Amino acid sequence: MTARQDNIAALELICPAGNPAALEAAVAAGADVVYAGFADATNARNFPGLNFTRDEMAAGIDHAHRHGCGVYIAVNTYPEAGNAGPWRAAVDDAAALGADAIILADIGLLQYAAESEPDLRRHLSVQASASNRAAIEFYQRAFGVKRVVLPRVLTLAEIAELNDGLPVETEVFAFGGMCVMAEGRCTLSAYATGQSPNCDGVCSPASHVRYERRGGDTVSRLGDFTLNIFSEGEAAGYPTLCKGRFVAGESASYLFDEPSSLNVLEMLPELAAAGVRALKIEGRQRGRAYVSRVVSAFRQAVDGSAQSGALDDMTEGARNTAGAYQKSWH
Amino acid sequence: MSAALSLGPVLYNWPAEDWRDFYFRIADEAPLDRVYLGEVVCSKRTPFFASYLPEVAARLQCAGKEVVYSTLALIMAEAEMDTVRTLAQSPDILIEANDIGSAALLAGRPHVIGPFVNVYNEATLDYLARSGASLVSLPWELPAPAIAALAKSAAIPLEVQIFGRIPLAISARCYHARQCGLHKDGCQYVCAEDPDGMTVETLDGEDFLAVNGTQTLTHTIGTLMPELAELRGMGIGNFRLWPQAIDMVAVAQIFRDVLDGRTETQEAWQNLADIADFAPFSNGFYHGEEGVSLQR
Repeated sequence: MTARQDNIAALELICPAGNPAALEAAVAAGADVVYAGFADATNARNFPGLNFTRDEMAAGIDHAHRHGCGVYIAVNTYPEAGNAGPWRAAVDDAAALGADAIILADIGLLQYAAESEPDLRRHLSVQASASNRAAIEFYQRAFGVKRVVLPRVLTLAEIAELNDGLPVETEVFAFGGMCVMAEGRCTLSAYATGQSPNCDGVCSPASHVRYERRGGDTVSRLGDFTLNIFSEGEAAGYPTLCKGRFVAGESASYLFDEPSSLNVLEMLPELAAAGVRALKIEGRQRGRAYVSRVVSAFRQAVDGSAQSGALDDMTEGARNTAGAYQKSWH
Repeated sequence: MSAALSLGPVLYNWPAEDWRDFYFRIADEAPLDRVYLGEVVCSKRTPFFASYLPEVAARLQCAGKEVVYSTLALIMAEAEMDTVRTLAQSPDILIEANDIGSAALLAGRPHVIGPFVNVYNEATLDYLARSGASLVSLPWELPAPAIAALAKSAAIPLEVQIFGRIPLAISARCYHARQCGLHKDGCQYVCAEDPDGMTVETLDGEDFLAVNGTQTLTHTIGTLMPELAELRGMGIGNFRLWPQAIDMVAVAQIFRDVLDGRTETQEAWQNLADIADFAPFSNGFYHGEEGVSLQR
């Protein structure tokens, strides 16, 4: 094995588990770690029918550990003023249940975790949007954070520069849905629906989505706003606000971003060379079949037997993007 | 105690001379207690007005206004953080941190935490106050009960935004450049063409958002006026107006008169609507509804 392949093989695969079935699928497909959340507003995928009760989490951690797989618990929304209880309980329960790390975004909650559960490893969520060395070093110094999930705003070159001498590990997004705005600093969804990633753990929630037929067209709406109009035969994508088609300067376009999925399957050598420690696969809202397929492909790629284009049919609108990692995206 | 009225930094790319003259008039005429100066959105704009900054700051200070130096909301390059470090070398100026990295650099000295930093609860507020923050300007997303809870626990003064297009998101990607088919590095500063941001409509022609370079704002003008009495009752003593390309001296006077009880809200609201006529008002975030909505 070459040194280059060693670096890639050392990449940790962090895989989504939106429910117990997805957790088992991720473990079976070769996840190094699964990440999951409790079934309430304490995590950033607070969707109906998703996530874990305390009992399910206990069983999930037991299953994962028996198969040599770690479990991280995301408590990565911002505690509500006057109501810190559910978030603190999530931190305490994560420790009691034997999670390998918790993923946090809020300063107050990081401090609580550092003081109350000092032995539970703390990671900084992408929702904290730590995009520079001073910010990352602050979280390390103040709260003993061991790893930072980098916001999807940095180029590969910027990530490499950042990792040089950084006192913490970095984790980057590798596959799946991609925010075009700095994560944890976006209230677009709240503007249209009253519900936000930071406070409610949701973005562009299904409860506020409607599809209308208009002649041969399908109109997708979020709250009171039309996010897209699809002509006959055009696939109607989900109306995530920043993936809508809008009119600005008198022309209609995907102003913020085309519907597409991040896919770095072909960039693993570059990411490893940039000093990245772990790859995160987005998709806690996805089913077991999706999780199984994506995790398997990344497992093979990390183990050095990648199939080129292995996931090209799994991306939104069958479109791949390397997102912000490439300078041309900006 | 009388409520303090402040003017947030200009978020848009205004021609440098317009920027200077805007602040000269603010200094001379506007009933404001505090004025924030500096680039928050895009570091590429800073060189345009940098040479005017000292005289603008001096003029504001001579007029009895406190000057606060605002810094970038999204910092990715070390050169951008160096701008904050350079500012911080002057021990006697007050700086607003809009990124947690900047806040960390300013720890141990008095500073302002700007509304781009996520302060959602008492524990975070307390941490920042103990790090030296002397004022926290709260995020726009907070509903009234959260503001009340924070005000109740706060050891330092809090500021609430009460007028202007509300900044909703910041990105590494420039949508102004993208809309013109340009890359951020070769943007030709097309954002300068829209002094209140570029209107974003839906495909059905509904006004929706405004784009300001890498920033996305509301199309509506966030406006809290009938709510001021309730906010004062919570203990909020600082109120921020965001500059728009309208008569901001008149806007400041309207809010000053309402805060001082010289004008009835209904009359002031109508006067404000006559001046700020480029978009409708909204107040949904405060009322725990969709931000775009307007509760009357």
